[in-house]
Amino acid sequence: MSIQHYSGWNVIRSGFGGPERWRPAWRNPEPKSRYDVVIIGGGGHGLATAYYLSRTYGIKNIAVLEKGWIGGGNTGRNTTVIRSNYYYRESADLYDFSIKLYEGLSKELNYNVMFSQRGMIALAHSKHDLDSMQRWVGAMGLNGVDTEIIGREEIARRVPILDMSAHARYPVLGGFMQKRAGTARHDAVAWGYARAADSLGVDIIQQCEVTGFRRDADGSISGVETSRGFIGSRKVALAVAGHSTELANKAGFRLPVTSYALQAFVTEPLKPVLDTVVLSLATGVYLSQSDKGGLVIGGSLDLYPSYAQRGNIPTVRSVLGAVAEQYPSLGRVRFLRQWAGIVDIVTDSSPILGATPVPGLLINCGWGTGGFKAIPAGGTLLAHHIATGEPHPLARPFSLERFSTGALIDEAAGSGIAH
Amino acid sequence: MLLISCPWCGPREELEFRCGGESHIQRPGPCESVSDERWSDYLFTRKNPKGLHYERWLHAFGCRRWFNVARHTATHRIEAVYAMHEPAPIHLEQGNVL
Repeated sequence: MSIQHYSGWNVIRSGFGGPERWRPAWRNPEPKSRYDVVIIGGGGHGLATAYYLSRTYGIKNIAVLEKGWIGGGNTGRNTTVIRSNYYYRESADLYDFSIKLYEGLSKELNYNVMFSQRGMIALAHSKHDLDSMQRWVGAMGLNGVDTEIIGREEIARRVPILDMSAHARYPVLGGFMQKRAGTARHDAVAWGYARAADSLGVDIIQQCEVTGFRRDADGSISGVETSRGFIGSRKVALAVAGHSTELANKAGFRLPVTSYALQAFVTEPLKPVLDTVVLSLATGVYLSQSDKGGLVIGGSLDLYPSYAQRGNIPTVRSVLGAVAEQYPSLGRVRFLRQWAGIVDIVTDSSPILGATPVPGLLINCGWGTGGFKAIPAGGTLLAHHIATGEPHPLARPFSLERFSTGALIDEAAGSGIAH
Repeated sequence: MLLISCPWCGPREELEFRCGGESHIQRPGPCESVSDERWSDYLFTRKNPKGLHYERWLHAFGCRRWFNVARHTATHRIEAVYAMHEPAPIHLEQGNVL
């Protein structure tokens, strides 16, 4: 008899019966010729969309098409930080909704996504940083997101490895903390959604690249051309992050998106030295320590548009230089890996959600450097739009139309995103 | 690390430069006849190709002059450096095997 439910009891049981009693977490089906909904992109957002479509709206005949392997793009390349400390109400509502979904996610998916609300501290290195933080924290309070200004002593207590000395290259004047922020295991989020969606009958088709779109005489979508043949569907959704422009062009429209490489780094495992997430506004560098002990480090974008998932040495040098300055005891720590994901940067650093100029084709893109934290929300909102034909109230302000109406949600300026 | 040949200073490390994004974008006009959609295109819509990209660069820590670069966005290979007033060297795209 095979085991599908994950529990402590079943781990013990399979310990006696042998590991072959575990079933694969998802199937590897051949694509059918037609689906009710086709989702392009087997990252977190695409898989979550398929899951919520099936669970909440009862749609059964769904395919997720993935060019490579699921969770192999930005979902598997980010630094796993989850937070909702944004400036504008639209963003606060969106990202806080996502945190709330993350809080119940392991239980809902029966898959441990290791969501750890270890808090996040943003450091102020100047009087100006501190002033803008006051404004930022005030705005978040009005929007119902609980964050608080914390002083030097509290920061020194929470982050003992930080250089707080009078001669520090980046002096610390204070900071603010969101206690509900934290990290989750990124692969587990993709795998958890994949397993749950698959068990509801969603076909997850890997190694299947979309090469074009087929449209009816009236312009509406009738299916996608793929490396594994034509797949018909009247409802198609795009969730492909850095490659959104490419696919949009194939479908016949353009996007206000530029793709950049964003790098991340992980060190050799260390004993516990850091139990929260720390972000430095001046250097754009943030780090946390994984449960395995590796320090997970992220920084600012590479300096020019790129589709190369490897990153450039000058950015490596500036990010790691800042880490060595701010955390002198880490100066000799060795690195295990460095990589880059291709992120879809939009001028106002807010996502693009909803309808496209092509009838039947919806989009979820523009999350830029922060898509991982929004996976449960992105999936819920896109599923809502596909199933009901109307944008979810939380998604409405993030439409593609905002670029011509001028109603931008400028988090690039509002919450000090470093690009 | 890119080695960028500034037309005035010669080859220098990428750290001395700043990328100014897509080049050859024409401001539409006259302004009273430009629709909101067209204006939005001008301000925000970008080609963002996976392939050859014609972009503006500034030699920020050098001569502080602007020039154009034709660069492949997946390999980062620089195919041409040309002056701001020159047209894009589109002939490069045909022989571009990538």
